[in-house]
Amino acid sequence: MWKTILRRFLIMIPEVIILSILVFLLAKAMPGDPFTGSINPKADPAQIHHLMKINGLYDPWYQQYWNWVVHLFHGNLGNSYQYQEPVTRLIGGRAANTLWLALFTMILTYVFALPMGVYAGRHEGKLPDTVIRVYTYVTYCIPFFVILVIGIWIFGYVLGWFPTTGSISSDATGWLHTLGSRFYHILLPGLLGALFGTVNIVQYLRSEVIDSKHSDYVRTARSKGVPSKDIYRHHIFRNSLLPIAAFAGYSITGLLNGSIFTETVFSYPGMGLLFVNSISYRDYTVITALVLIYGILNLIGTLLSDIILSIVDPRIRIQ
Amino acid sequence: METASNFLNIKDVSTAFKIDGQYYDAISHINLQVQHDEILAIVGESGCGKSTLATTIMGLHDPAETKISGEVDFEGTDLLKLDENGYNQFRGAKIGMIFQDPLSALNPLKRIEDQISEVMDYHTDLSAEDKHKHVLELLDQVGIVNPQRTARQFPHELSGGMRQRVIIAIAIACKPDLIIADEPTTALDVTIQAQILDVLRDIQKENHAGIILITHDLGVVAETADRVAVMYAGQIVEQGSVEQVFNTPEHPYTRSLLRSMPQRDNENDDLYVIQGNVPSLQKMPATGDRFAPRIPWVPAEAHEEHPTMHEVAPGHEVRCTCYKHFKFPDEQGSVTV
Repeated sequence: MWKTILRRFLIMIPEVIILSILVFLLAKAMPGDPFTGSINPKADPAQIHHLMKINGLYDPWYQQYWNWVVHLFHGNLGNSYQYQEPVTRLIGGRAANTLWLALFTMILTYVFALPMGVYAGRHEGKLPDTVIRVYTYVTYCIPFFVILVIGIWIFGYVLGWFPTTGSISSDATGWLHTLGSRFYHILLPGLLGALFGTVNIVQYLRSEVIDSKHSDYVRTARSKGVPSKDIYRHHIFRNSLLPIAAFAGYSITGLLNGSIFTETVFSYPGMGLLFVNSISYRDYTVITALVLIYGILNLIGTLLSDIILSIVDPRIRIQ
Repeated sequence: METASNFLNIKDVSTAFKIDGQYYDAISHINLQVQHDEILAIVGESGCGKSTLATTIMGLHDPAETKISGEVDFEGTDLLKLDENGYNQFRGAKIGMIFQDPLSALNPLKRIEDQISEVMDYHTDLSAEDKHKHVLELLDQVGIVNPQRTARQFPHELSGGMRQRVIIAIAIACKPDLIIADEPTTALDVTIQAQILDVLRDIQKENHAGIILITHDLGVVAETADRVAVMYAGQIVEQGSVEQVFNTPEHPYTRSLLRSMPQRDNENDDLYVIQGNVPSLQKMPATGDRFAPRIPWVPAEAHEEHPTMHEVAPGHEVRCTCYKHFKFPDEQGSVTV
């Protein structure tokens, strides 16, 4: 068990190294240089050459990469051009916002999706199953940002139940009020994110339950005289949840990607919104840092998936 | 036949499946008896309804998709009249079933011990400790070399033969009176087949169970069974003791089957081939001998319009009258096909 996890963890190390090299080289390949924009446009090109030289920008790429990595380990990702402050501080301030939203969305997603998927699979072909299936098909067909915009229009504007921008109201004082205000602000984006996120899980779980229901081992269990409700509890649920559990780690990745939409539409100050803004302002240092962070989170997501799978599925364990 | 000791009496059982809103008989008007200490083999080609008969006795069909009529009298109870809860008192406890494919019949996520003791959870009051002991005994009984180790393992860690033994252990855990073995050896290689059949026979001797052995392998039948019922297209066409059916087969289908087996002393290498195919459920003729289209050289008037079973010797029954007129083409000389 631990061996599997350790082995899987060791595989991640070269993945991170390759990822960082790719991110670094892509950043290098972007047009322009770091100085032309930030100093007097009439400056002598020779002077810029000099600056490039003393900053090590003419060194071979592996030398530059190494310097970058050393800075990285010291927590130095450079300064943002747009905000004129260290990238680490910039991202650090927003990471928590994104994390809360993602976590909340994920919890809601599973709270909605698991009962729906199991119920639809168990009562296949009945009316509730049809309703759930129509819901998933319709939601699946609509682009995510359209759902967000419609959601804001209905619940934020027409009904006025939820705030439509920001992560906290400006007049929030005291920790309870602050916490309440934060929660109030993630409620609508979280719900809409979950609405969209449930679709895949419901569909997948439903077909898994139906498959398990007709499987040979369920027939064996029936031939043992196990009552139907116990067959669901002991045989069908666990076996159907297996791929869902395995997907859970990776779904974090999906949430982070989704947060780019959600945060932009809700003007929610998280990493996703920062990412979109940085792209429009060509804030290269921030983009590089965020791409690296998203990449590493992706790797962690898959790592989590593998660990979860090795816990729940005995066939994966390495002896 | 001494009906007194028949503890299983299948009377006029038909099972129909719903296909496109219509019901079609997969097995029709089956009559069978099983006694203690007896192995009844049911043979027939794929799709003839052998497994349907087994799952009908076990009550494993989805009532929404099937229509079952007749009576399955098991020790005085008509199983077909039971509801799901009532049936669960019999399944696993008094009737054990061994399935065809040992690779998929076990839950991949549960340890062997849990899968075996699950039967006891529902049918016995044994303590956890006693159950554990019994699991080890069962594994030993079905010929698992290291029961302690196997009990802790997961299905994927076992070979096909071992899994089939585990499935047998599940089926016999509560010492059922009836064991239904649905092609228990089909997925296994020949040496394992023989071992599994030995295990079945030993268990039978010990438990005095009646066994219904479903197979398409006539070799297995000859070796293991006491009585045989030959099925064709959802009907029993011939039944009798193994000696009767193998030594003096009467029905054209039985004779064709036996003739299509490879024989060591056969001079020419050609195997006999039965012409045509089993008709599909939807195309099953309502009247007449269902085997008639596959022996077209037999004149139509040789068949009965509603073929019934005829006793040709004590305990030996044959469907339809055509057996009296049936000869293989090469036996008739002048007739060619």
